[in-house]
Amino acid sequence: MSALLLDSTALGRTIARMAHEIAERNPAGTDLVLVGIQTGGVFLARRLAAQLSTIYGHAVPAGFLDVALHRDDLDRRSAPMLRPTELPFDVNGRTVVLVDDVLYSGRTTRAALDALHDFGRPNRVQLAVLVDRGHRELPVRADFVGKNVPTSRSQRVEVSLTEDGGNDTVTLQELKS
Amino acid sequence: MNWNRRHLLDLQSLSAEELTLILDTARHFKSLGERPKKKFPALLGKTVVNLFVEPSTRTRISFELAAVRLSADVINFTAEASSLKKGETLKDTVRNLEALQADFVILRHSASGAPHFLSRFARAHVVNAGDGAHEHPTQGLLDTFTIREKKGRLAGLNVTILGDILYSRVARSNIWALVRLGAKVTLCGPPTLVPRQLESLDPNIRVTWNLEEALRDADVVNLLRIQHERQRVTMFPSIGEYAALFGLNPARMKWVKPDALIMHPGPINRGVEIESDIADGDQSVILEQVTNGLAVRMAVLFLLNGGRSGEVAGT
Repeated sequence: MSALLLDSTALGRTIARMAHEIAERNPAGTDLVLVGIQTGGVFLARRLAAQLSTIYGHAVPAGFLDVALHRDDLDRRSAPMLRPTELPFDVNGRTVVLVDDVLYSGRTTRAALDALHDFGRPNRVQLAVLVDRGHRELPVRADFVGKNVPTSRSQRVEVSLTEDGGNDTVTLQELKS
Repeated sequence: MNWNRRHLLDLQSLSAEELTLILDTARHFKSLGERPKKKFPALLGKTVVNLFVEPSTRTRISFELAAVRLSADVINFTAEASSLKKGETLKDTVRNLEALQADFVILRHSASGAPHFLSRFARAHVVNAGDGAHEHPTQGLLDTFTIREKKGRLAGLNVTILGDILYSRVARSNIWALVRLGAKVTLCGPPTLVPRQLESLDPNIRVTWNLEEALRDADVVNLLRIQHERQRVTMFPSIGEYAALFGLNPARMKWVKPDALIMHPGPINRGVEIESDIADGDQSVILEQVTNGLAVRMAVLFLLNGGRSGEVAGT
């Protein structure tokens, strides 16, 4: 059983609103870079960067970051797949907006902060997530949230994007117990 | 797929999917090695013991650097300076290391099957760093990685392994990985060191004692060191004769395809298996093998760290 949280129109509007909120918080935008967390944040960061480039009238670069080696559960689970990292800019002195699809325990964000700091010292780091589903296990809070969704732990938030062969929807699914 | 093994004991028991997962993971670690900051916290707080009952410098250094790059603490334990010399059994040695909370034991041993023996009781992850004439899994993986990276594939390639096959754990690990991933393997060398029966291991293995035939259609030529230390009786008349009959020299390089890779696991005996100009030549990937060995060993440690007890054990 699954419930539709965002259809493609609502998803487009949500991303546009997030881009405007990011621009409002960072008025000049000249030092702004977007970093998508592998794998769910990669295409969202690209979409936000494209919209921000239009809003600012100058190119906003986007990269992506794999956080697998910085996870805190590596000896508690089967080793995660490693994925590429590509940051085609210097993060030193920049405002970095980390982008992920779903914010849940906060552990991925913690790992991402560590992984990002391997590349330098940004001036500030902000967090943008499409869905905040609650259940935080660490003191992590997003600066930009597309949609707050109360969930139970037996549910799963599925973000399906066209870049990944999906249909631009966000759904809430029941996991079989 | 998920990695579920606690130990890496051999390549013979690994599936094509497991081999590919290690190679793919190693590819990422190789690119991480090109970053200015090369150290990652994946094994922070873990202890890796290099238990080298048989001496080896290059493999130990490679494992040590792999563990250090993943932030593990490393202890080096060599037979010369150890309790093993005082009569302690291997089992007791390992139990003592485990009492010090060793999480990984990297074992090099002159007895075939020593790592398998350890894996039956060890709580630590056991990695075979070469056991007698049996297997040297990480060498087989790094050779396979190098071929795949340079040639873009393994399936359908002709790989010639030349030299002392009978006593070579490197040959055996290469053979298992290569045939599992679809390559064809030609084994060549003196008949005493390359028995015809090796063909019975797999239909994609061919034995020839004719060097020209072995070199002509090869996409890869992997040269092995003569394992003097493992030969109980002399298997060929002299080093000079081996070099004269099977050494890779400029005249024989004319038989080799211009885009074939020349590989050697090291340490090379210049003028025996291979002449200097060829070892240092354009077709040689010998030093890249060393670089790739580090990436492969990081991948192995990283994957085993997540391997669960109670799932697929060792073999």
